[in-house]
Amino acid sequence: MALITIEGMSKSYVTAAGPFLALKQVSLSVEPGEFVAIMGPSGSGKSTFMNLLGCLDRPDAGHYLLDGQRIDALTPDELAAIRNRTIGFVFQGFNLLPRMSLEDNVALPLVYRGLDRETRRARAREMLAKVGLDGYAASLPSRISGGQQQRVAIARALVNHPRLILADEPTGNLDSHTSQDIMTLFTALNAEGITVILVTHEPDIAACARRQVRFLDGEIVEDSLTPRQENALC
Amino acid sequence: MLGAMLHEAWQAMGANRLRTGLTMLGMVIGVGAVVLMMAIGQGAQYAVAQTISSMGSNIFVVLSGYTAVGGVRSGGGSAPTLNVADADAIAELDGVDTVAPVHWGSVQMVHGANNWNAAVNGTTPAYLDARSWPLAEGHSFTDSDVRAATRVALIGRTVAENLFGEEPPVGKTFRIGQAPFVVLGVLASKGQNLDGRDQDDLVVMPYTTAQRKVFGTAFQGSVRQILVKATSSEAMPALEKSIEALLRQRHRLRESADNDFTLRNLAAVADSAAETARVMSMLLGAIASVSLLVGGIGIMNIMLVSVTERTREIGIRLAIGARQREILLQFLLEAIIISVIGCLVGLSLGVGGALLVGYLTKTAVVVSGSAALAAFAVAASVGVFFGYYPAHKAARLDPIEALRYQ
Repeated sequence: MALITIEGMSKSYVTAAGPFLALKQVSLSVEPGEFVAIMGPSGSGKSTFMNLLGCLDRPDAGHYLLDGQRIDALTPDELAAIRNRTIGFVFQGFNLLPRMSLEDNVALPLVYRGLDRETRRARAREMLAKVGLDGYAASLPSRISGGQQQRVAIARALVNHPRLILADEPTGNLDSHTSQDIMTLFTALNAEGITVILVTHEPDIAACARRQVRFLDGEIVEDSLTPRQENALC
Repeated sequence: MLGAMLHEAWQAMGANRLRTGLTMLGMVIGVGAVVLMMAIGQGAQYAVAQTISSMGSNIFVVLSGYTAVGGVRSGGGSAPTLNVADADAIAELDGVDTVAPVHWGSVQMVHGANNWNAAVNGTTPAYLDARSWPLAEGHSFTDSDVRAATRVALIGRTVAENLFGEEPPVGKTFRIGQAPFVVLGVLASKGQNLDGRDQDDLVVMPYTTAQRKVFGTAFQGSVRQILVKATSSEAMPALEKSIEALLRQRHRLRESADNDFTLRNLAAVADSAAETARVMSMLLGAIASVSLLVGGIGIMNIMLVSVTERTREIGIRLAIGARQREILLQFLLEAIIISVIGCLVGLSLGVGGALLVGYLTKTAVVVSGSAALAAFAVAASVGVFFGYYPAHKAARLDPIEALRYQ
């Protein structure tokens, strides 16, 4: 069964110039374990699509099945639970909480899951070790580099063992060397069976994924499976 | 979960110490002012209650009627319409604790080189009981002194100081006219009554002695007033009616005739004084509450700024699975922590200030546990009340908008 099934999904925004149709009847299906890159120029609807995928927003029309669950029928609290357990988010700007130690940052999703302090600490340290940052647990985000911050953000996304990782331009703020490290990490996670969907406009980043989906003017204009390419940055 | 949230709230407050401190200061001043004003107000109430209890509680005063000569009326107590037999009859009524007939006047008294003019109350030993008036030194006179009209007296503190100075007065004699009187005891000091009159400027002696050997009263056995102490304040209304009925019957007054006596309820006077003090206390509390309100608005103001500043953080939290009520709870907790800590500091400053005021002005100041508890409850509710709107605003943020916020 597909992990993600989207049929006829539309979304429009009200702007000063009138209603703007950001997504036009988009349909997409993603199987468990896929590695998908979503590409397209700005304003093509890819960010809107990611927000809908991540259960941060609701579509105006269409159906969304995630892991066999009808998303459009859920309450805000049920959506929060899905964001907490089924999806891990990685952002372009890392989005760590600046006042908290790295360990507390990674453990934050577990707080909202209601786990006890000891379990939270153990799981957070385990995840920091997994992204190669054991020993940094007590540091503050401002004390480490951008690449390390993105690793912490990935550790936070992984801490609840999600089935799906959504990454919105995860290498957008990083140099090419660090980008490569991050993409290698995503590739390794995908090899473990986690479905990874990332938005990027860099072809060498997109080349790491086996499937590329291209958006233009709110529609999917290309959906191709490509073998791993030589220029891939991973 | 709550532990983690408390920890986070603490961190958030610590990140901006000056701002948190200033917000707390609003609460500190508010709670401190309320506690201080309540303490002063309750102190005033306490002082009034002390004065009232010094008059004796649950007391009726029955005054004899007045004489009128050629249209000139001489005021209550001037006609010999009450007598000791009336007092004895009242003592038989239900609800009566003690009865003391009183015949008073003022005379000049002499001891050695000193002389002094003071009120003399001729009464029975029950008088001290009725007025809850203990002796500081010596002992009281007895019923046999009353029967024999012996020349003995109890003197108030003011009289003792003016006649005897530094000398211990018990056992000494003073003169009224040519007659010597032995001081049996000195009354404990009662201070001023509600009118500001010195209650200690008084000599108490058997009414027989007063009538025969001091005033030379024409109508022996008649008294100017009868002091009646009821068993309880609940018994007073019924007793008032039965005293009136009894005296009308004893004085053979016809249905149409006016009373030839006046019945006064001292409790009513006391109640109005207590009510005045209570209103003043409430007024002080109300004025102080305004500063508490201002402190609460300060919390709301800062929490609104904090929510705006942390919009992005809220977006991140929502994205990784925080429910709306968890965001709400987090901001609410911060507001409550600020107000509760502010309250505790304000409470200690208020209590300290009250004790200082009491010490400096030598007035009664009462810090009650219930007032402190009330201040605490109010502070917590101020935190919830003024913290709710900002917290609600935070919880209702759109996660996408919040994540985009720079």
